[in-house]
Amino acid sequence: MEKWIERQKHIIDFTVSSLLRRRGKNAALITVYAFVIFMLASVVFFVQAIKREASIILQDSPDLIIQRMSAGRHELIPVSYGDRIRSIRGISAVKSRLWGYYYDSVTGANYTLMVSQDPRVSAGRIVIGAGVARARIAFAGDTIEFRAYDGAIIDLEVKDTINSQSELVSSDLILVSGSDFRRLFRVPAGYATDLTAKVRNPKEQPMVALKVATLLPDTRQILKEEILRTYDAAFNWRGGMIIVILSGMLMAFIILAWDKASGLSSEERREIGILKAIGWETSDVLLLKFWEGMILSLSSLFSGILLAYAHVFFTSSFLFEPALKGWAVLYPRFKVAPFIDPFQLATLCFLAVVPYIVATIIPVWRTATVDPDSVMR
Amino acid sequence: MRKSSLFLLYLLVNALLFVLMFVHASHQQTASMPSLKEKAFLIERLGLTDLCIFTEASYTRHLSQADLHTPFQDAPMSLEHFPSGSLVSPSPIIRKIDGKVD
Amino acid sequence: MIELVNIRKSFNTGKPNEFVAIHGVSLSIDSEKATVFRGPSGSGKTTLLSMIGCLARPTSGRIRLNGQEITSLPERFLTEIRQKTFGFMFQQFNLIKGVTALENVMLPAYPSGEKHSSLKRRAMDLLDTFKISQKALSNVEWLSGGEAQRVAICRALINNPSVIIADEPTANLDTKLSREFMEIMGRLKGEGKMILIASHDPLVYELSLIDRIIDLRDGRIDGSGS
Repeated sequence: MEKWIERQKHIIDFTVSSLLRRRGKNAALITVYAFVIFMLASVVFFVQAIKREASIILQDSPDLIIQRMSAGRHELIPVSYGDRIRSIRGISAVKSRLWGYYYDSVTGANYTLMVSQDPRVSAGRIVIGAGVARARIAFAGDTIEFRAYDGAIIDLEVKDTINSQSELVSSDLILVSGSDFRRLFRVPAGYATDLTAKVRNPKEQPMVALKVATLLPDTRQILKEEILRTYDAAFNWRGGMIIVILSGMLMAFIILAWDKASGLSSEERREIGILKAIGWETSDVLLLKFWEGMILSLSSLFSGILLAYAHVFFTSSFLFEPALKGWAVLYPRFKVAPFIDPFQLATLCFLAVVPYIVATIIPVWRTATVDPDSVMR
Repeated sequence: MRKSSLFLLYLLVNALLFVLMFVHASHQQTASMPSLKEKAFLIERLGLTDLCIFTEASYTRHLSQADLHTPFQDAPMSLEHFPSGSLVSPSPIIRKIDGKVD
Repeated sequence: MIELVNIRKSFNTGKPNEFVAIHGVSLSIDSEKATVFRGPSGSGKTTLLSMIGCLARPTSGRIRLNGQEITSLPERFLTEIRQKTFGFMFQQFNLIKGVTALENVMLPAYPSGEKHSSLKRRAMDLLDTFKISQKALSNVEWLSGGEAQRVAICRALINNPSVIIADEPTANLDTKLSREFMEIMGRLKGEGKMILIASHDPLVYELSLIDRIIDLRDGRIDGSGS
């Protein structure tokens, strides 16, 4: 056993010497490979973390949402609909939601305005999300001008900002009072944006939704499980950008492996001949190539994954910001809790190391088995 | 120091960092509970339904609330905002109703 | 003691471009003797030496090493014998570039799994014996011809072989270095090693330490002078 270990160590000694001979080329190889793994791992970490958070926090979203549709458009819903819904067995509470979008021409950002019972909110006073505060450079005490439906300017004072811990859900929110909301958007009394309902027994949610549909045929129902499923399926592999990134990475992968698999240079062949002439067996030569592949791929793997982790969880994925932000003006600061799915990580490790080693060894196979007298010619 | 010893040391250091990574992740998960609770609290109190990631359009901002007509309400010609449309596909809710949406 | 019985070597056997390098050679070589294989290029010296040294297999015929037949051994055992018995010196030295002299000397012993410290010591001792220990940590491409030659000798000796095979060792050396080389060969012969040299250099075969000269022509032995 000791001999076996010493043999490996000796061969690794020579492998490192051999790799150091082409320092630049191998450093470049490791860098490129590490970058590929870095991008892939970053995507995996980011998506996994967000999906996990969504699955946890969205458990507290409403059991059932009822929207009213008219000519294919999402219309205001009469609050009286709520009374009828309340009569359905299984429903324990019905609330109305007043919310909408406000386009801020000054910054070009879209805000989500919501009516809230928050004690800090009152007529003329609002609470804004951290993203809004950044976009408008507004803090508690400042005033923001809003343009109402009739062109009138309404000043609203910022009473407070929402804790930036919750930016993932609140970054673009502006909490207003009911009266201010209706003044801004001409929502008449007796109407709401949509209704939310609490269903006593979670298993009965689909059935209750069906009852609502029958009772109120001009409405659309959204279940909590559907909300959760939305985020479970978000960022899935079929999304266009993700496919592009993955294809790019696959290409880079293949190019790297191709460089190795496209056969040996005559110099490499000669060296293998020398090694065999001085007493190395075929298995020793194969071990040499194995360790070569191992050293390169392991170095890339470790740095790629560690850097990806730092990128996503210490710098809030700053490299993804342009892609995620797109044309939006407002962009939340992602502080998601790290979550590592060991299965996906193991798959990544496997895919990064094994194909590379295979690509390194296969071209050597033929040369390594040839009679070593080639070097005598 | 022998080259192979150097390499093994390098491997060891990286393996340690890896372990640290996992430790950090699990530690952060506990440490982030208050923040998670904050978000869950807001969601419950305000009745929120979506994560605030893509704020360009209503159907990208509220992924779960949008239906197939919402994109057309935003702009009749543009079914797609870039790059959010490439990053997230329509919610499975509407996909199931209409079968294939690609 | 090495015995060759009717050794034949052909390339591309059965194909239209078949080339026979060795046409049935039989001879026996005594241990502790220095033998020179003489002949023009293309006479088959290199091919014959590579077969004796277990670098290649004959197409037909038998080779016996101290009574043991080695021609039909599987590769693994052949390599082991080659490692333990033969030390090679090539015309072009064939040292691995980009790697230090010390490592070049240790390379043949790497697969054996010998303890690093003892291997290193043996290698340093060898380099010391041949007076190039100060260049131990230099890369071989920075060495002069004479220095590289001595490193190549050390490499050939690292596994303490009983047979030294040298293929045209003086072809790229000046007179002084050639004489130095043959001196070293004499020393090794004195230590009990068998010396086999392929050469057409008179500086090699005219020396008194050479016990036997075997002339090769077109893959056949041309008489066996002394």
